[in-house]
Amino acid sequence: MTPATHFAEREHLICAVSRVIEEEKSYWVGGGGEPLYSILLAQRLYASGVQYMTEDGVIAPQSMIPWDPLMTMVASRAGYRALQWGTMNTAGNFAQLGYVDVGILNTLQVDRYGNINSTVLGEYEGGQGRRFGGPGGADTIAAQCWRTILMTDQQKRKFPERVDFISSPGFLDGPGAREANGLPPGTGPWRVFTPWAMFGYEEQSCELMLMAISPFVTVDMVLAEMSFEPKIAPTIETLDPPMEEELEIIRTQLDTDGQTTGRGQWIEKRDGKYVFAETQGRE
Amino acid sequence: MEILAEGQGAYLPPDPDGFRAWVRDNKPRTLVHKVMNEHEVIEKFVSDGDYVAYDCNYFQRGPSSLIREIIRQQKKDLWICGKFTYVALALLVEGGCATRADIGFVGFGPWLSKAVAAGRLQTYEYSNVVMTYRLQAGAQGLPFIGVRSFGGTEGFPQSGAKLVTDPFSGKPVVLLPALNPDVSIIHVHQADVYGNARVFGTGISHVDCALASKRVIVSAEEIIETDEFRRDPARTSIPHFTVDAVVHAPFGAYPGTVQGRYASDVQHVVECFGGTMRGDLQPYLEKWVYSVDSHADMLEKRVGWKKLQELQRRETIREGYSI
Repeated sequence: MTPATHFAEREHLICAVSRVIEEEKSYWVGGGGEPLYSILLAQRLYASGVQYMTEDGVIAPQSMIPWDPLMTMVASRAGYRALQWGTMNTAGNFAQLGYVDVGILNTLQVDRYGNINSTVLGEYEGGQGRRFGGPGGADTIAAQCWRTILMTDQQKRKFPERVDFISSPGFLDGPGAREANGLPPGTGPWRVFTPWAMFGYEEQSCELMLMAISPFVTVDMVLAEMSFEPKIAPTIETLDPPMEEELEIIRTQLDTDGQTTGRGQWIEKRDGKYVFAETQGRE
Repeated sequence: MEILAEGQGAYLPPDPDGFRAWVRDNKPRTLVHKVMNEHEVIEKFVSDGDYVAYDCNYFQRGPSSLIREIIRQQKKDLWICGKFTYVALALLVEGGCATRADIGFVGFGPWLSKAVAAGRLQTYEYSNVVMTYRLQAGAQGLPFIGVRSFGGTEGFPQSGAKLVTDPFSGKPVVLLPALNPDVSIIHVHQADVYGNARVFGTGISHVDCALASKRVIVSAEEIIETDEFRRDPARTSIPHFTVDAVVHAPFGAYPGTVQGRYASDVQHVVECFGGTMRGDLQPYLEKWVYSVDSHADMLEKRVGWKKLQELQRRETIREGYSI
């Protein structure tokens, strides 16, 4: 594969997540956008047999892409050549039974304990906050999949010390809290990916831990875009840049009009280094 | 059973005995002809103040024509089961019909923040699967259901859920109140005149909606002979005795898709979704609801046969959706 020399940061995000997807694990992919593109990219390059399900009970589709806008579920191309068609409760049951290893989700905000907000920015009480759509399927995914991967942007407001509203559970307020609230043991947050970094969690404290950064940023730049100081792994790895082969698939098969990946900053390779680009957008 | 924590949100109180009595007194046991038009069913079966559930949504095999008819008839003070829905709640709120919603997922945008801030919409917080489990409990005639999610969230205090000590294991478990909506609206691929119905492909909670609800309106792309059901009974999704009315509604999910029948109208989807994201839905309602008399009138005046044929052509996949 050939390292790319000009790409969008969200393209890099999708590529990074696609490389941690394992063929022998089962996935529940929330909504559309980046989580879905990540697993579809993995299917095409790294884990051709990997199986995923969606909230409407589609099991292991061989989906026909691209899709019309918003047609990520209860639509024929999204559920094409699945092994089974079910309902929302069949999807919920499979997760509750322990059949689903990894959930992949987008989030508005994520905090120190991996809690997820998709309900309100600002105060919930009093009705003056800016409202969003609610947890959707994410509450079930975050509660019951063995592991959860979150995808979001590296922005200070997206990493508050405490999310404005816990729509879906991370580790809540720390070790033991999930079990005390009736969630199955051994489940919970596993990774947070942003275009700039990859985080895990420190096992003892259940706190977010910086593990790797992208080749076009520094640790300080990442920390400057967080409202709290995360734990830092003893060794910080550098994530590989996107490969041309990955970008080709994203641009010609997945996000063909750039609706998802077109936003955010662009990166280019200049004098042997990856830096924020002067030229934005696809060439 | 020890209660460890409980939500303070209002919820439709479960009443399994009351529901059984309703079924005994109101649901016909024989094959009764139930076909009505959309105006008649909404007038007869949806009342102001009702709790209303619909399966799927305005863009995906939802009962879109019936949602528009509810708005056209200006029903008031509805409480909406807001699971897996993009714009339908927005349309119902902006149309002045809905004032309360149990939220699983709804299409957001300025309309939502404004409606909540102005007190035009009271929300109670759940999640999609939590809501469909509530419907499942309602469909089983049970008062509540235990789930291993939702605990510890901040939706929980705004809901009707309780965290209790499981009397069998001694571990904490979340209990949800069963949900028996006053009325459910379900769009299907095929139905007969008695209400037997077939849904092909995935759904959200169509069978549970039908079983859990006091009144059930089915709208169908196609009315087929009852003999067709008898030839292939395994394909019956919803049995006739749960259904109160059948509406023949070709393109009933328009502008949404019905799997195997027609694709969504992308331009219309963008227009409608854009309205929610701008927080300005009145022009949409005027064009697609108020200024036309009926679904058929809308299809004829605003869409046209040429466009409908194009949507049918664009839906190329047939596997799994035909017999």
